[in-house]
Amino acid sequence: MTAPSLSNSIDVAAANRRCRTYRRRILEISQQVQALHIASAYSCTEIVDAILNIHMSDGSDGRPRDTFIMSKGHGCMIQYVILEERGILSRSDIDSYCRAGGRLGCHPDYGNPGIEASTGSLGHGLSMAVGMAYAERANKTGGTVYAVLSDGEVQEGSTWEAIMMAASLGVTNLVAVVDNNDFQSLGRTSETHPSFYPVIEKLEAFGWEAVEIPGHDTAALVQAIADRKGQKPFLVNARTTKGKGVSYMENVPVWHYRSPNPEEFRQALAELEERA
Amino acid sequence: MRNAFSDTLYACALEDPSIYIVVADISPAGSMAKLRVDYPERFINVGVAEQVMIGIAAGLALKGAQPFAYTIATFSLYRPFEMVRDDLCYQNLPVTVVGMGSGLVYSTLGGTHHTMEDVAIATALPNMQVIAPCDPLEVVEATRYCARQKVGPVYLKLGKAGEAKVTENAVDPFVFGKIRYLQKGTDTAILTYGPMISQALEVAKRLEARGETVSVVSVHTLKPLDVPGIAAALAGHARVIVMEENVPHGALASRVKEIAWDTKVACDLRVFTLKDEFIHFYGSYEQLLEQHGISVEQVLNGLD
Repeated sequence: MTAPSLSNSIDVAAANRRCRTYRRRILEISQQVQALHIASAYSCTEIVDAILNIHMSDGSDGRPRDTFIMSKGHGCMIQYVILEERGILSRSDIDSYCRAGGRLGCHPDYGNPGIEASTGSLGHGLSMAVGMAYAERANKTGGTVYAVLSDGEVQEGSTWEAIMMAASLGVTNLVAVVDNNDFQSLGRTSETHPSFYPVIEKLEAFGWEAVEIPGHDTAALVQAIADRKGQKPFLVNARTTKGKGVSYMENVPVWHYRSPNPEEFRQALAELEERA
Repeated sequence: MRNAFSDTLYACALEDPSIYIVVADISPAGSMAKLRVDYPERFINVGVAEQVMIGIAAGLALKGAQPFAYTIATFSLYRPFEMVRDDLCYQNLPVTVVGMGSGLVYSTLGGTHHTMEDVAIATALPNMQVIAPCDPLEVVEATRYCARQKVGPVYLKLGKAGEAKVTENAVDPFVFGKIRYLQKGTDTAILTYGPMISQALEVAKRLEARGETVSVVSVHTLKPLDVPGIAAALAGHARVIVMEENVPHGALASRVKEIAWDTKVACDLRVFTLKDEFIHFYGSYEQLLEQHGISVEQVLNGLD
């Protein structure tokens, strides 16, 4: 179950380049449509990149085929642009995002290329991921199921039902990553719901292996997942910054669902280049 | 009905290794216990956690399985409603949500255990198929359909246990999506589904004693509804009676009225449903029906 140590083989510079490209592409799209959860996608850019581009196998390399569920469906722009880069979604799919006749909306729809479950309503993804992981184990495929959750989503009772069941069923081929940007609509989660913390101890008490890492650090993300013992379901509590990469978006709630104006767009582009 | 379901599911699971059952802490009656012992990996008990019951069933189906989610009807359809809607119906997955003990059959357990609205609610969902068999023999047929179909989700509405077999000599065979004549007459047709069939048959007997010829129809498939079949029943009888254990709106009675309007039929149409009121009364199933005015006597009196 445990993957080989990746610490020496991770090309962090390449991952950073990819993530910059993805953020820029999402910015470009933001100039075509207003309907965009831009800060939510920036929050989990490194997480989704690490899972899709480094950890996951589509089966073509001889490894078992893995599965990805964007349980925080509103962050799906990052998934879309990675799928576009791979040619699984087309440029015209992205160009027609949220437009009449297009097939991509603000939340992932099962049936679209590269989308393995419909999400958007929070608190559904982890339960489905448990069922998928259970099926992969029963079918002896060797496949691992990855799910990315928001921290607000972990407040859903259904998420805790799934947490309990994953451990009770002994589903060890399940990796959940919480994009813990400490924000939800009405403020900082740590202030509005302090009892959400501590996260790791809760998960361990529920029978999971859990670690906390800085969520924009690709090496830490990759290593944490690779180093899991594989005896229990595994959760990464990834500390992230909502709107990561663009100063005026970082930790500013309005950017949960707003597109930059042309001036803001230019500034954002410049900042992404600077950070390079 | 419960045992007919369990026995049939077990037989189907023997043939098809993709069949799973996900239950929420419900005692495994009959063959369900055997399924649990013989195929423990395909019997998943989530405990008292109905949302994850539906989510896990969806996840299994997304990986090609043919799952059943099984518990008491209020908890299989109402408690995890959004999971049923989004995970099963929106994704159009071949998962059967089994509502055991539906309607008023848990007549002493109180309103929290009644499903007075399940047909209205389940039939309102796009992609959802809804089947309410009227006796253990129809349960066998319906369960086989659910186990083999790949069309999408099904809400399988069941009674409890001990229902009589009433379809052995039915005029029509069970065909999913078609109304089924158990007996055929020309004066009156009684349309019903589920355990209320015994009340419908009693009403028929009493009308026959008055010299009428009576059709008794099991409308086991409530979605997709057999609109041409119902239109023909409306056109072919002087009087049509709908008897159902559901609130007045959104289920069979109101659908039959819609069809009557759409087809401009001129028969005498009488509907007998539960009231739009919760039931704060404990007693037998028949006594609860009486509380809402749909006992055999009340139906007969209502025709005069």
